[in-house]
Amino acid sequence: MSALFEQIFQVGFLAAIIRIATPLAFATLGEMFSERAGVLNLGIEGIMLLSAMTGFTATSLSGSLWLGVLVAVLTGMLMGALHALFTVALGLSQHVCGIGVTLFSSGLAYFLYRLIFGQQSVPPSIKGFQTLPIPVLSDIPVLGPAVFNQFSLVYMAIIAIPLAAFVLYRTPWGLSVRMVGENPRAADSAGVGVIATRFQAVILGGALMGLAGAFLSMAQFNAFTFGVVSGRGWVAIALVVFGRWDPWRSAGAALLFAFVDALQLRMQASGLGHIPYEAFLMLPFIFTIVAMAVMSRNAVAPSALLKPFRREER
Amino acid sequence: MVRLEARTSTPAWFNLALPLLAIGATLILCSGLIALAGAGVAEAYGVMFSASLGDSYAITETLVRATPMIFTGLAVAVAFRAKFWNIGAEGQLLAGAVASCAVGAIPMPGLLAMFLMALAGAAAGAAVALVPATLRVKFKVDDVVSSLLLNSVIFYALMALIEGPWKDSFSGYPISPPIEDSANFPVLLEGTRLHLGVVAALIAAPLIWFLIARTTLGFRIRVTGENPEAARYGGIHVERVLISTALLSGALAGLAGVGEVGGVHFQVMSDISPGYGYSGIVVAMLARLNPLGVVPAAIFLAAVMTGAEAMSRATGVPAFLSDVIQGTALLAMLVALLFTAYRLRRVGAAR
Repeated sequence: MSALFEQIFQVGFLAAIIRIATPLAFATLGEMFSERAGVLNLGIEGIMLLSAMTGFTATSLSGSLWLGVLVAVLTGMLMGALHALFTVALGLSQHVCGIGVTLFSSGLAYFLYRLIFGQQSVPPSIKGFQTLPIPVLSDIPVLGPAVFNQFSLVYMAIIAIPLAAFVLYRTPWGLSVRMVGENPRAADSAGVGVIATRFQAVILGGALMGLAGAFLSMAQFNAFTFGVVSGRGWVAIALVVFGRWDPWRSAGAALLFAFVDALQLRMQASGLGHIPYEAFLMLPFIFTIVAMAVMSRNAVAPSALLKPFRREER
Repeated sequence: MVRLEARTSTPAWFNLALPLLAIGATLILCSGLIALAGAGVAEAYGVMFSASLGDSYAITETLVRATPMIFTGLAVAVAFRAKFWNIGAEGQLLAGAVASCAVGAIPMPGLLAMFLMALAGAAAGAAVALVPATLRVKFKVDDVVSSLLLNSVIFYALMALIEGPWKDSFSGYPISPPIEDSANFPVLLEGTRLHLGVVAALIAAPLIWFLIARTTLGFRIRVTGENPEAARYGGIHVERVLISTALLSGALAGLAGVGEVGGVHFQVMSDISPGYGYSGIVVAMLARLNPLGVVPAAIFLAAVMTGAEAMSRATGVPAFLSDVIQGTALLAMLVALLFTAYRLRRVGAAR
């Protein structure tokens, strides 16, 4: 048992947690911004997939990783704007629109990928992001190699968490976001543009989802496959609930999920051969469902979540 | 000047006009992708049509394909009527497929086997749907998220089965053993794949329509969806209605899996459903949640899927166009539904 314990808890394991948590942190923060403004974005799964595809394609064609990231972010923003157009401007059902955006984005990702790359027996790959050790910090024992010898996108995620908290809680725009998510009527009376603020929050959310997609196809897998996202978007939605719509807690939830995921990967690899590996793959999803059941009782969602705002209806 | 005006009622012809409008808009929007792929739009759509609805054999193939989507469409329509957001039809379908495959592999008289397969599949689907419903009623867990996450859990459970105890030990492929020959659903038309499940689906739609429109349970489902407060005030046990709805919805989605096992594949593999559960959402929305409308909506999507493969072979346009069409159709239908809530009215300039 202790051998298994040692095999699991080592520097590589910590590094794996951070790596797995990164796309989840981006996605969870993105979904959180959207929901804090009152808009559930179920398009996240498809937006991540399409961004992963466009980012990969841009890098593959241009050779520039950062151009790929930019394209992925722009894709996310564009799809966020599409979701906002339907749910904010037209006030349509957020549930069904989100599913629609996911179906549309996924279909478009498959279609364009097949159109550009054709059907190849070996999927094309790119030379993705390489780890970038940060001088001095990466020499700290254990923590150094685990946290400070990572992809630059990982550092961006680490910075994004306090930044998101700062923007949400300490800036006028963050206040507007929280107001339109809690009480759009009052926000409107106070001169806050409800429609505009919601659009901005959903588009910002889309940008973060785009980063999540870019990480998957350009740092983690260095290729685009149809299963590159495989439920991570849905998980992010659950993590927002688990993290009670707070940037710090949401990021913490992403870390916790990543811990469970990294653990199951290690357990798969560490000779527990008589248990089918699918049982481990299931584990993070079951964990998330159970966690939601435990947390949801005292979770307080933004009051205006799912409620469209129409100025003339009083 | 034109302005939006709230509408209190909608004329009946809207039920037909809105989906047609949405489908028309979808085909126009998606023609851009066909052009992008360097094919002729008219040719591509022409091939799609003739390969799916152009002759009697093609029509039977499209009907076979529509069958699982009629069931998942009904499952979603019933659930959404009660505002039980069941996005888990995919997982419920897989559970139904696994259960019916397990039963179908037991030697017994054919009719009994088919009956028990349907029963087991429906029960398995209902059991899966019970999870998000219970979590919502007891723990206030969002049903959308839990039913979505459950799809992944069920999928991995299926994979564990077909890569584990069910694995074909001879070929090593991750495919379940086939069901007994006597349990194969009878083919209704010689030389086609038109099986008993197709008829079952076509009968299920009016039955579910009757249930929703004319029975007490249907009334409770509708009231719970439209106004849960009023339902509660009127003495309806809303939580119990949600559970009943989930059981019914899950059972219908489970039957989609039964039909695929008993009538099409005769075994279970990882890709037994190319997303029929999610397509059910598109079908239900195109049908405006009307069980009778589910049939033509499912046939439309099935025609797109069947036709897209032929179109891809003939013109080189990726068959994934059918996925884009599904997503676009759902969004277009949502926009078209705005016409049920608002009307455009010309307003005189001097007012």
